[in-house]
Amino acid sequence: MSPSLKELSRTPTRLTSGHRLCAGCGEGIIVRQVLMATDKPVVISNATGCFEVSTTIYPYTAWNVPWIHTAFGNAAATAAGTEAAYRALYRQGKIKDDMRFVAFGGDGGTYDIGFQALSGALERGHRMMYVCLNNEAYMNTGIQRSGATGIGASTTTSPAGSVIPGKIGYAKDLTMIVAEHNIPYAAQVSPHNWRDLIQKCRKGFEVNGPSFINAISPCPRGWRTDPADTIDLAQLAVETCVWPLYEVENGKYRLTAESARIADGKLEKRPLTEWFGAQGRFKHLMKEKWMELVENAQADIDAKWEKLQKLCKL
Amino acid sequence: MLHNDIAVNGDNAIALAWKQIDPDVCAAYPITPQTIIVERFSDYVADGEVNTEFVCTESEHSAMTVCIASAAAGARTVTATASVGLAYMWEMLGVASGLRTPLTMAVANRALSAPINIHCDHGDAMASRDTGWLMIFAENVQEAYDNAIMALRIAEHKDVQLPMMTCLDGFILTHAIERMTPLDTNKVKKFVGEHRPVHPLLDHKNPVTQGAMDGHDFYFEHRLQIADAMEAALDVTKDVFKEFGKLTGRRYNLVERYMCDDADYVAICLGSTFGTMKATVDKLRGEGKKVGVIMPRLFRPLPSAEIAKAIDKRKGVAVLDKFMSPGTYPPLFEDIVSSSLSLKEIPKMYSYVYGLGGRDAKVDELSTVFTDMIDGKAKKVNYLGVKK
Repeated sequence: MSPSLKELSRTPTRLTSGHRLCAGCGEGIIVRQVLMATDKPVVISNATGCFEVSTTIYPYTAWNVPWIHTAFGNAAATAAGTEAAYRALYRQGKIKDDMRFVAFGGDGGTYDIGFQALSGALERGHRMMYVCLNNEAYMNTGIQRSGATGIGASTTTSPAGSVIPGKIGYAKDLTMIVAEHNIPYAAQVSPHNWRDLIQKCRKGFEVNGPSFINAISPCPRGWRTDPADTIDLAQLAVETCVWPLYEVENGKYRLTAESARIADGKLEKRPLTEWFGAQGRFKHLMKEKWMELVENAQADIDAKWEKLQKLCKL
Repeated sequence: MLHNDIAVNGDNAIALAWKQIDPDVCAAYPITPQTIIVERFSDYVADGEVNTEFVCTESEHSAMTVCIASAAAGARTVTATASVGLAYMWEMLGVASGLRTPLTMAVANRALSAPINIHCDHGDAMASRDTGWLMIFAENVQEAYDNAIMALRIAEHKDVQLPMMTCLDGFILTHAIERMTPLDTNKVKKFVGEHRPVHPLLDHKNPVTQGAMDGHDFYFEHRLQIADAMEAALDVTKDVFKEFGKLTGRRYNLVERYMCDDADYVAICLGSTFGTMKATVDKLRGEGKKVGVIMPRLFRPLPSAEIAKAIDKRKGVAVLDKFMSPGTYPPLFEDIVSSSLSLKEIPKMYSYVYGLGGRDAKVDELSTVFTDMIDGKAKKVNYLGVKK
């Protein structure tokens, strides 16, 4: 089950180089890993966002596989439409191949404007995998806050001011909300651990129903970080428990990779100040006046981590 | 005498047409007065009378999205909506035409909110008229059924490849039971033929990118291609009408005229009002008044040349809009005025707004449209049947 680099090196290139994503963008790395997880033909639906505009600037396309973009808030419904067409034509014998359907959306297109379409598609049970490329804000339009933006993050619509310390309130816990739709498979992944990511996507591709993959995707522009640090930051998100790696398979929660090792006491859980200190979007939080916010945020992370560990023991 | 006529309401007639077409995919969301269409079709799906993949979505936005993606994937796709449901789809209407997905949609015409009102007017269709959809109106249940079948052929034609709305007046046609002559199912199947999608997504061996990002260097040209397809749709529609006429004996024209040959005064309207207007014309003809009525059956593309011919040399032209465009003239009126610009002499034209929110327009009231013109009492803009 565990993928080897040798076998992955032989998988077909579905997203080609030459796309216009920024240097250090996590999205291209994640998508290439996701698509390595199946050898079946895939049809891709893409929500409006960085990833959509960067890979399909007409008359060019970075895609070697069928791809469709219709709008922002409906990547799940778009994937559902391609899957419905497939079901119909497969049943009639007009299509013989075993195909897979994937949707990619950013956190804005998934947590916020696309949430209803996602929830509907999950409830209807389409056999499709929805992948959220979560860079924790609307980066394509210039770093505006979303429902995935962490508390205290300075964005262009939640700027760190003299009286308001950036984003107010915690990010929505979408992976758990999705899992509560009782779909066969949901997981959180990080591009720094490609083995864990690909294993989870393999499961997601093979379940007979909807699956959901939530991927943390560092964004040098929005996070105010060095493009060279993308993979390290993704790892830091996991090791601070800001972004625990886990899966929910037929209702059963299970920690994986670094998160499992932290829970087992084999890896140290790093403090949130490391996460805040590594990124320009949080630098204002290092001031004395916002100390309480940082302490509260740490307490929130700790409480959520405890809850997740309890869920895994059920 | 042997016949296979049935008594059926407009919604059930649409569902029957779909059953006979047996589309690959139907995605829809229920809304009054369209509900019976999806309810009845759900019965057909549940009883295995169709092979259709039926997707009952969580909103109209998703219904239209699923339809677009399904059609782009290569499936023959149908849907239906009404009123605010159509408004909720609005973002996706332009995507359907922009991606050149030839799906068809029945629209059970109903007023837009607010105030909320479930009855018939053309607010929903008119608010969607510039989205690149082909649009056709029905006078009665028979035409609503016929349009649902013919629309596939027009939309899917290789020179057109655009989505098509088939409009039927809410309640007046959707819920009223009329006598109708359905086609045999095998004739419907033969008429619509095998679906041949262009560059379908499911052809993974020939991958295509659909819905790419256009800059200012290509967007204009791509939108212009929609206008070209609309232009082509005029002839395609004429051909489809002709072929359908041969099959059924029901002969349709882009612009329908009733008692217009010697008419001094004509009225122009859309939908079921055409029927009421025919009765109005009959009554006034009985009184010796030279009046007639015109309906542009095809509304998008607008058959401007035929409209111009139909209104040429009239003493007066009254345009009836079941919609108001606050701040300017109503849309059908503007369309008719624009169409008249090709004429040497432009006839006098009057706008009549009527029937908003299902306000009934009967023969006596509609008669005043003609008598006002004849008596020189018609104003530029008139509101018919408004309480004083």
